[in-house]
Amino acid sequence: MHQLTIAEIIRGLREREFSSVEITRQLLTRIEQLDREFNSFITITAESALEQAEAADRCLAAGGAPALCGVPIAHKDIFCTRGVRTSCGSKMLDNFVPPYDARVVEQLQAAGTVSLGKTNMDEFAMGSSNETSFYGPVKNPWNPEHVPGGSSGGSAAAVAAQLVPGATATDTGGSIRQPAALTNTTGIKPTYGRVSRWGMVAFASSLDQGGPVARTAEDVAYLLAAMSGHDERDSTSLNRPVPDFAAGLNDDLAGLRIGVPKEYFGEGLDGDTASRVQDALKEYEKLGAKLVDISLPHTGLAVPAYYVIAPAEASANLSRFDGVRYGYRCENPADLRDLYMRSRGEGFGEEVKRRILVGTYALSAGYYDAYYNKAQQVRRLIKQDFVQAFEQVDVIMGPTAPHPAFRIGEKGDDPVAMYLEDIYTLSANLAGLPAMSLPCGLVNGLPVGLQIIGNYLDEGRMLNAAHRYQQATDWHRATAPYAHAGGDQ
Amino acid sequence: MEWEVVIGLEVHVQLSTQSKLFSGASTTFGAAPNTQACAVDLAMPGTLPVPNAEAFRFAVMFGLAMNAEIGHRSVFERKNYFYPDLPKGYQTTQLAEPIVGPGEIEIHLEDGSSKKVRLHHAHLEEDAGKSLHEAVFEEGHGMSGIDLNRAGTPLIEIVSEPDLRSAAEAVAYLKKIHSIVTYLGISDGDMSQGSMRCDANVSVRLKGEEELGTRTEIKNVNSFRFVERAIKVEAERQIDLLEDGGTVVQETRLYDSDKNETRSMRSKEVANDYRYFPCPDLLPVELSDDYVEQLRSELPELPDAKSARFASEYGLSAYDADQLTQERALADYFETVAKASGEPKLAANWMMGELAALLNREELSIEQSPVSAEHLAGLIERIKDNTISSKIAKQVFEAMASGEGDADTVIEKRGLKQVSDTGAIEQMVDEVIANSARQVENYRNADESKRPKMMGYFVGQIMKASKGQANPQMINKILKEKLDALL
Repeated sequence: MHQLTIAEIIRGLREREFSSVEITRQLLTRIEQLDREFNSFITITAESALEQAEAADRCLAAGGAPALCGVPIAHKDIFCTRGVRTSCGSKMLDNFVPPYDARVVEQLQAAGTVSLGKTNMDEFAMGSSNETSFYGPVKNPWNPEHVPGGSSGGSAAAVAAQLVPGATATDTGGSIRQPAALTNTTGIKPTYGRVSRWGMVAFASSLDQGGPVARTAEDVAYLLAAMSGHDERDSTSLNRPVPDFAAGLNDDLAGLRIGVPKEYFGEGLDGDTASRVQDALKEYEKLGAKLVDISLPHTGLAVPAYYVIAPAEASANLSRFDGVRYGYRCENPADLRDLYMRSRGEGFGEEVKRRILVGTYALSAGYYDAYYNKAQQVRRLIKQDFVQAFEQVDVIMGPTAPHPAFRIGEKGDDPVAMYLEDIYTLSANLAGLPAMSLPCGLVNGLPVGLQIIGNYLDEGRMLNAAHRYQQATDWHRATAPYAHAGGDQ
Repeated sequence: MEWEVVIGLEVHVQLSTQSKLFSGASTTFGAAPNTQACAVDLAMPGTLPVPNAEAFRFAVMFGLAMNAEIGHRSVFERKNYFYPDLPKGYQTTQLAEPIVGPGEIEIHLEDGSSKKVRLHHAHLEEDAGKSLHEAVFEEGHGMSGIDLNRAGTPLIEIVSEPDLRSAAEAVAYLKKIHSIVTYLGISDGDMSQGSMRCDANVSVRLKGEEELGTRTEIKNVNSFRFVERAIKVEAERQIDLLEDGGTVVQETRLYDSDKNETRSMRSKEVANDYRYFPCPDLLPVELSDDYVEQLRSELPELPDAKSARFASEYGLSAYDADQLTQERALADYFETVAKASGEPKLAANWMMGELAALLNREELSIEQSPVSAEHLAGLIERIKDNTISSKIAKQVFEAMASGEGDADTVIEKRGLKQVSDTGAIEQMVDEVIANSARQVENYRNADESKRPKMMGYFVGQIMKASKGQANPQMINKILKEKLDALL
C-alpha cells in the first residue's frame, strides 16, 4: 500500500479496498522500521493519527466525506500544530508546544487528511541540505550517504522513502523544489500569498511560502487545492479565488510556449544534469509545446540579493526567540544581558547565527543603502525580467538544482558553495512567482529535477504541464532503492 | 545674556480602539496582568499582524484636525531592539511614510495671545508591554515581571517642530493636543493612566541666534504640571552649564518630580542602532481620497471653531469661550445649561465660578460633576424668574452638590423661596422703619444725592429679617416709596 499515490489512495478508500486505519497503521510501521535510517521525522504522532484515521473511516462510511478524507500526510515541523511540539528543527523550540494550528494544518485537517507527524528540516528552514537540523541530518533514500536537500528535506525524504504519500513543506529560496529534485519527488511553491503563512514559523516573511511535496503532479494538485485560499489572519495572503487545480491536468499542451532561459544553462551546471533537463524539454516538444530561447539577465544577482534580503528579515523575525516567554532559556542567567546572550547563543545553531549576523549587518546604520536597499532594487529588476519573459512565453523551464544530491558533509564548511545550490530557485521567491520541480531522470543513480516557473497565479497551467509529462514518462515512478526495505506486512 | 529656550515635543497618544493595532485582544486598562495578550501580542512563532482599520480612521481624523497632510500611502517598519516587554524584539512603527504629514495648529496662551505651532508628522505604532520591577512576586527576590496587556495598543506619536519657546507654550501645546484628541473621541487622553505621554526635546541659545543649541530629550513626563517643571528646570540647567563655560551633551534625561531635577540616563540608550526596515508582514496601506474626504465630513466641531461659535452665538467673551471649550465635555455641559436656561452668560459665570471651584475642591472631572447640567440650568431658571436671589442660589447649589436633588426640590424643602408678596415686604419695611428712628432722621436730613447710598442700611436690615429671601428689587421699590413719603 505504501507505493500508492494520493490519487490511488483516494480511490482505494472510497472503493473500500482498504481503510484509512489500515494504510495509516502500515505507514506508521514503515516509519518505525525505516526512519531510524532516514531521520525524516522529528515527531511521530501515531496515537492521534490512528484516531484521525478511525474518524475518517467513519466519515467515509457515512458518505459526503471531504476530498482528502483518510489520506495520510505529514507536516514539516515549521507548521504549528496545537498540542504537538513544533521545533522548526531548532534546539530553541525543542520544548515549544503551540496552542494553535497553522492555517495550512487547519485546512488539511478540514480536508480529512490524517497527520502521521512532523518532518525534519534545516534549522528555521535555513539550509539546502538538511544538515543544520538540531535533530540531525536527514538521509537521502536514494543513497543515505547523500543529502536529501533542504530545507524541507524531511518532507521530501519521507515521500521518497514511501513513508507517507505527501507532505507539507515551505520554500523561501528553493526549500520545496531543491529537495524534491534531489529525492525524485514533485513539489510546488505556489504564488506568494496563495497559501497562508499564519502559524508557519517565519524565516523571511516576504519570501516564505508553503506548498506540498508528493510523488506526482496530480497528488500535488490535490494537496495544493486544500492548502490554498485567502486567510484574513495573514495580511499578505491573496484574496483571489482558488481554481480547481486538478480540473485542467489533462489539457493538451499543443502550442504551449516554454521559455528556456540561457542563464540557467551556463557555468556551474553539471553536464549530465543539463542533458536530463534537455531530454525533458525534447519530450515537451513531442507533446506539442514550443521552446523559446529567452534571457533573464539579472539571474546572476539573485544569490547576492537573496542573501541580503532573507537574512535581514530573518534577523528581525528571530529576535522573538529571547528566552523570555517560551522556547529555550539558559540555566541560571546572571542578568538580562546574560539571559539574552546565552539563551540565543546556546539555542541557535551555527547557520542560524551566521544569517542573523549577516542580516543585522546589512540593516545597520551606514550599510543599509549599500546592502538592503540595493538588494531590493535588484529584486525589482529580477521581477521585471520575468514580467518581460512572460510576455513571450507561458511557462519557463530549466534545472531545479545545478547537480544531483551531494554527500553529507561535503559542503559543510563552505557556506557560499551551499548558497549556490539555490542559484536557479531563488529568483522565483524574489519575484513571488509560482515554481515547481518534478523528476526528469537519474545521474549515477541520483535524481534530477526539472523546474517549471509559471506566471502569477498560473499554478494550474504548470501542474497541467507537469502532469502531461508524467503521463508520457516514468521518471516519477522510479523508486528510491532504500525505500524497498521494509514493506507490506 | 538673554537666553531663548527651544522646545519640540513628541507626544504619544493611546488610541481608544476596542482592540489592539495588530491583534484582536482588548485594550481595556487595568485588567489583571497578561489577561489581555493573545498569541500575536506574545509574539508566538508563526503569528502575524493584521492592521486595525479603526486605528487608521482615528489617525486620519487626528491629521485632519491638525490641518495636516494625510499619508495616502503609509508603511509600517520594524524598529529593532531587545527588551523583555517588547515581545517580537522589534516595534512595528512608521518612519519614512507616516500616516500624517506636516500640519499646523494654533495654541492659546494665558496672556490671551496665540501662536502657530508646526507639526512635523504623526505616525501610528504599537505600544510595548510593561516591566514590573517592584515586588512582583511575594518570594521573588530580584525578579522582574512582564505584563503584556499594553503590548500592541495603538499609539499615535505626534512630533512637533521645535517651535515652542517656553515651558508655558509647551503646556499650552500639550493641552491643545489633549483637547483635540478628546474632542475627536480617539483617546481618553488620561495622562495618569499613560494614555498620553510626552517626551520633550529642549535646547537653549542666545536670543537672536539662528542655529539651534545641542538638545537633550526628557523622557516620559506624565502630567501637564511635570512637563512645565521639567522643561523649566532642564532649561535652567543648560543655561547654568553654558554660562559656566560648559557644553550641553546630547543625551536622554529623566525627570525626577520628587527632587525637581533631570538626570542623565545611561548613554547606551543613545548608541542604539534600530535597523529600521519595512515590515514584510504588512503591505503598504493605501487610503483613497473618498475615504479621507468622508472622514473630513464627519469630523466633529473642534475647539477653535466651537470657541468662535460660543463667542458669537452666546455673546461670551473670547476668554470665557476659550476656557469653556478646552474640554469637549465641558463645552457640551455649557451648551446644555445655556440652552435649557436661556441664560448663556449666567451659565458661563456659574460654570467658571461655583462649579469650577467645586470640581477643583473635590478633584473631579466635569463628567463626574455631582451637579448635572440639567440641575444647574434649573437653578439658573429660578434666579431668572426671581424665585431665589443670586445669594440664595449659592446655598441651593451647595445643596444640589451634596445630593439634595434639583433646585426646585432644595428650594421647597429648605423653604428658600424668595418673598415677593407685596404685603409681606411692606410689613417688613414698616417694622424696620419703625425700629430705626435715628437712621430715618438722618435720611430725612441728608442731601438728596446721598440718600440712595443711605438706603443700604435699611435694605440690609430687611434682608436680614427675611433671612435673605425677600426679593431685593421689591424691597428697593417699596422702601424708597415709604422713606420718600416721610420727607
